[in-house]
Amino acid sequence: MSERSTKQSPAKSPRKAGAFDIRTFIALLIGIYGVVLVVMGVVATSDTDLEKSGGWNVNLWAGIGMVVVAGLFQAWAMWRPVVIPGDPDDRDPDG
Amino acid sequence: MIFAATDTQLRLDANWVDYLLVALYFAFVIGIGILARRSVSSSLDFFLSGRSLPAWVTGLAFISANLGAVEIVGMSANGAEIGIPTMHYFWVGAVPAMLFLGVVMMPFYYGSKVRSVPEFMRRRFGTGAHLVNALSFAIAQLLIAGINLYLLASIVEVLLGWPLWVSLIVAASVVLSYTALGGLSAAIYNEVLQFFIIVAALLPLTLVGLNKVGGWDGLKEKVAGSPGGAEQLTSWPGTALSGFDSPIFSVIGIVFGLGFVLSFGYWTTNFVEVQRAMASSSMSAAQRSPIIGAFPKMFIPFIVVIPGMIAAVAVNEVAALKSGGEGAATDYNQSLLYLIRDLLPNGMLGVAIAGLLASFMAGMAANISAFNTVFSYDLWQQYFRKDRPDDYYTGVGRKATVAATVIAIGTAFLASSYTNIMDYLQVLFGFFNAPLFATFILGMFWKRMTATAGWVGLVSGTLAAIVVGWLSEDAFGSFSIGVIPLSGQGAAFVAAGAAFVLDILVSVVVSLATQPKEESTLRGLVYSLTPKKDFHDQSEGRLAWWQQPTKLAGVALVMVIVLNVVFA
Repeated sequence: MSERSTKQSPAKSPRKAGAFDIRTFIALLIGIYGVVLVVMGVVATSDTDLEKSGGWNVNLWAGIGMVVVAGLFQAWAMWRPVVIPGDPDDRDPDG
Repeated sequence: MIFAATDTQLRLDANWVDYLLVALYFAFVIGIGILARRSVSSSLDFFLSGRSLPAWVTGLAFISANLGAVEIVGMSANGAEIGIPTMHYFWVGAVPAMLFLGVVMMPFYYGSKVRSVPEFMRRRFGTGAHLVNALSFAIAQLLIAGINLYLLASIVEVLLGWPLWVSLIVAASVVLSYTALGGLSAAIYNEVLQFFIIVAALLPLTLVGLNKVGGWDGLKEKVAGSPGGAEQLTSWPGTALSGFDSPIFSVIGIVFGLGFVLSFGYWTTNFVEVQRAMASSSMSAAQRSPIIGAFPKMFIPFIVVIPGMIAAVAVNEVAALKSGGEGAATDYNQSLLYLIRDLLPNGMLGVAIAGLLASFMAGMAANISAFNTVFSYDLWQQYFRKDRPDDYYTGVGRKATVAATVIAIGTAFLASSYTNIMDYLQVLFGFFNAPLFATFILGMFWKRMTATAGWVGLVSGTLAAIVVGWLSEDAFGSFSIGVIPLSGQGAAFVAAGAAFVLDILVSVVVSLATQPKEESTLRGLVYSLTPKKDFHDQSEGRLAWWQQPTKLAGVALVMVIVLNVVFA
């Protein structure tokens, strides 16, 4: 990704604009949502809720799905951490 | 597209868990604004994120910026009303143009190092065309930001029962706080977060809805048996969408009117979208942004249009609206809210509300962040204060953000009392896009095109669109006089087509009669005068195939054609 920036002007010394990692934020927010929904699905699912959704425990399954997605994002963020342009050996964080 | 805000029947039964989830989302939004603030050290950081973002971020932001209220509410409403033909707005009316932007036009925008689309206009055609473009764009953004804000506030009103003016001010303050703090980075990062929250809200809703109506087959059966009939299950010829009686004209209208003139005009020249790609860290990343965005864009209709269709057969109020029965919803725009009310338990309800609020907020933030760039660089720096230090323009940008938010609150009030006028104004601004595309594409590939031709072509093209709209039956509501028997989208297709053709003709004629620009000033702006290496990264040859814009665009094109065939 930093093909251009590494070759260009010295102004491209470490820029922090891209340096905080949005993936951890996504993982954190979706993860919290997932956990809250799983808890809601386990303790607070009423018969009316089940009837509304046509028999599915929506909170439980949506919650599990979100926890999984959050885990994937966190794994991705750890596997390919954000690199600050200017580092000669960097790999592209977006793959 | 506008809710009846006074409607008191519709209330979502949210409890404290739902509010907690919504509040958590707001905390994240502001937090991202504060973190992004730390990294703003120059005006380029503020307005273009220091051109440092990876392609997947700018690619998602590219479509999220467009995934505002108009899209979510409007397209689910279309789904409820006309069914599968609504898919054309995505598969014909967006994806091809996004791919074209990435492959053909982005090298000009990114390679010439302009900071905005109007700035490209200025370098290619001088200040005449620039002023037309910058002013019409800036005004349109304020208007659309107001409409997004109004929709946002009406959701809060439905949800919490707050008066509209309180909701307006609270919602505007949240958007203002993070866009003024962190500039484009804050807006873009929030757009990426928003994208996933919207998916987290709408994907479960769609699946539960399908379960409720007996799966995909059950939905097809119920839609076929509903007032719309089986016609609503196939995308072509889409006569309900185009408004043409003849199926052949309908197909031609959708392919050329929607798929070419309207969508290319919108996606390739609209700075709200292009700005996201310009924030990328390299040429190939900038090119890839709209192309990466095209992949989710293809599948978004499945979680927006399909829930609308489900609402039309599963929600009593929406079904009644469609069949003209008792107890009907006031309009299709509420379809999604009704479906959420009917299907989701507390908990998931909170996520759904957060998703809708996210969508409307990000829509508004996108308008405002594009507005403040064009205002600061293209209007203020160009025409008022030229040679100030860089800090000065960041300050102007922050002030423009505050001013734009205040004006948007005003437009939102206008939108709440004059719904129709707002719709017509949007139609009107849409008419600026088709001639813009004609002028850009001719200017990029024909070095002979002159500065005078630039603005004369734009103005005559726009006038042509307005005249056709005025002569049609209803493009401007009661202002239209109905000489040409066209209405709805059909009128918009013909108006845009007329604008495109006239713009090209006038530009060619005027160019041949006036003096062309010095060729040496057109490097990076005109294809034949730009060395090929300016359009590519030196390292592009080393990228994997899925990092190469053209190959990636080819894959997307094949996929969208397959989708069109499957649902034909």
